This record gives sequence, structure tokens and C-alpha cells, in this order.
Amino acid sequence: MPRVVFTSHLQRHVAAADCQVSAPTVAAALDAVFRAQPQARGYVLDEQGELRKHVFVFVDGRRAALADAVRADSAIHVLQALTGG
Amino acid sequence: MALYVATRKGLFIIDTARWTLARPHFLGDAVSAVLAHDGAIYAALNLGHFGVKLRRSEDRGESWQEIAPPAYPAKPEDSADKTPWKLLQIWTLEAAGDTLWAGTNPGGLFRSSDRGESWSLARGLWDRKERGEWFGGGYDHPGIHSICIHPRERRHISVAISCGGVWQSGDGGESWRLAAKGMHADYFPPERKHDENIQDVHRMVQCPSRPDVLYAQHHNGVFRSADGAATWHELSAIAPSKFGFAVAVHPKDADTAWFVPADKDERRLPLDAKLVVARTRDGGASFEVLRKGLPQEHAYDLVYRHGLAVDETGEPAADVRRALCLGRRQARHCLR
Repeated sequence: MPRVVFTSHLQRHVAAADCQVSAPTVAAALDAVFRAQPQARGYVLDEQGELRKHVFVFVDGRRAALADAVRADSAIHVLQALTGG
Repeated sequence: MALYVATRKGLFIIDTARWTLARPHFLGDAVSAVLAHDGAIYAALNLGHFGVKLRRSEDRGESWQEIAPPAYPAKPEDSADKTPWKLLQIWTLEAAGDTLWAGTNPGGLFRSSDRGESWSLARGLWDRKERGEWFGGGYDHPGIHSICIHPRERRHISVAISCGGVWQSGDGGESWRLAAKGMHADYFPPERKHDENIQDVHRMVQCPSRPDVLYAQHHNGVFRSADGAATWHELSAIAPSKFGFAVAVHPKDADTAWFVPADKDERRLPLDAKLVVARTRDGGASFEVLRKGLPQEHAYDLVYRHGLAVDETGEPAADVRRALCLGRRQARHCLR
């Protein structure tokens, strides 16, 4: 199952535990994570369900979008984009 | 009494009896608005990466609970609106009775009747076709920075927008009308300079004891209304300059108001590097320039929209100066 890893910067504001979820895309993986950890959803996604402007997602080391596919052994890293300050 | 100072570096609470700082809150995070109301403190955070958050404390800041920030509805697919329907900043928080109001960027006014647990967008204002003519002032998108609630008729609300003029509701925020007649933007093309919908009011305040009197620090000068914002007239006697962001009005004396003039719009510094406050005591017919206690050399700080406050007594000018010194550079004050 893909593994989702959150930046430690996020932990300062809200609990967001790394976890493994079964999902075919980044969006599905994050959705699964946020169903279990609803408090973290608004920190990564905005009210329209889109990735926040200053949040990056990398899949296996490559910058990714929500619609991108993930493999069963992918690592999904969610981190702060430096454009956000 | 406590002075709540919201800054880009956190929220600071000052005991105004001794002028001492207590433990800072949200240190290192931008606090864009603060409100103390009915035993609670509300703090709006603007986390650079992780969005706008809202926290509430029921114990004077000992602990904070995360509550839902306002959320914009989904933009209709056929909408030609170029403004994002996303919360970018809570620019001001106000309250009257059981109702909280949040003025936001990109221009939505939100209301909560459950102490901030949930919010609803005032669609009567958001859906006005005139909103398409609003534009950003200091930000990419327009924002509501001033909310004035009539102290006796709480359904009577006036808001000011950078840049979208002054709008007023008499029915609790259901329907709205423009209320910027008499303001002018001389930097606009001549045929548009009196357009009420494009006026850049930097900050607007209403006198609690005489709510028909309002003051506005506008991009183009200083204005006063004595008829509940039906009409405005310019106070050209303001000194040392007419440009600035902050304004405060005496709670009991509608003829007394304070401004913090800056050099001019293309160079946003105190004039001659001296920080001063301009005060009128005659409704704007004349102004005196207050300098005592303020930096009079090498002062390069701008006092931004919410960086000036007076307390309920309105009298201790020294407190105003001290608040100014503490809150220079984009501070937002809430004095309760």
C-alpha cells in the first residue's frame, strides 16, 4: 500500500500521522488519510478540495498533482512549498 | 483591561494597568485578526502554507480550541468570476450580541451565530454584480477590513472594502446598498473618480455614542459622514498629510478622531521619518499633530489599517501612543 508521509512542519499545527492506505491516486490516498484524520484535511486541501497553493506533494521523489496515479509501493510526501514563506 | 495585539509574529496580550506582556500566543505565526467578545478570545491565523485557521479561547488564552474558519461555497461552473472562491485571509472580526462577523479576503462577509462553530457567507453582498468591479488593495484580491455594527440597531451594518467602497445593510446582511457618496479617487480616470464602487477606503470606524458619525481613512484622503454614511465629505485640514491607513474615533465624542498620516501612497513612510498622530476635536475642521512619546527620528514604520485603537473611555491619549509604539508595522489591535 502507498505510504503517506507528512512534513514535520505540519505537526506543529495539527496532528497528522504518517500512514499506509490503499489508493490508486494521490487524491484517493489523501482522502483515505483524512477520513481517518479529519482534523488535518483543511491544512493540506482548501475548501474546494484542491491542494493548497503552498503545499507540495511528491510521489517517489517527483512533484505530483492530486490526479496522479500512485503505485502500491509508492511513497507520497506532503510538504510545505517555500513559496508560502 | 487587556490589549490584544495581533501581529505577523503572533498574538500578544498586554495588561494595560501595568503595560506588561504576558506569554505570547501562536509565536511565529501570523495572526491576522483578533476579537475579544462575551468571555472568549477569537484569533484568526494565516499559516503561510497550511491556510487560514480560527482558534477560540474560553480561558483568557490559557488554552485554544480550533474552530471552523469561514469557507467559501463552490464557484458555479458557468461563473465568469475571476476571483477565487477560497478563503485567503480573515481581515477583521467583529461581534454584536450573539452574532460574529468576519470580513475576509477575497471580499466575502461571513456571519456566525454559534460562537464561530459554523459560518455562512452573506450572499446578498457576495452575489452583487458590482463585486465584479472590485479589485485588490495591497493584496491580489479585494477584502473587507472594516465592519461597523450600529450599537442600537444591530441589523444595520456598514462594511468597507479595499477596493470596493462602502456597503450598507439595514436588514442584518440580507440586502446591501452602496454608501460611499462623496468619496473620490483622484488617481482614477476622471469619469470614474466619484464611482462609489471603486473607492479604496483603507479603514472605517463608527462612533458608538453617535453612530450617524463615521470616519474613513481613504487612499485619497480623510472623509467623515454625519448622516450614517449616506454622504461623505473630505476633511482637507488633515495634517501633516492626507495619506494613511489607520483611524480611531472617540467612543463618546463624535467630533474627536485620530489618524496616523504617512508620507504618500507611493512612499509609505512617516513624513520626515517622524511618527505622528493627527487628532481632531472639532469633527475634522482642524487637526493637531501629536508627537510626544512617538519616535521623532528614524521612524520608517507604517501603521497599518488596524494598528490604532482607543479604549472605552477614549480619553487617555498616552495609551494610544503606547499602543502605537507596541503595534507598529501591520499590527492589529483589539482593546477590551
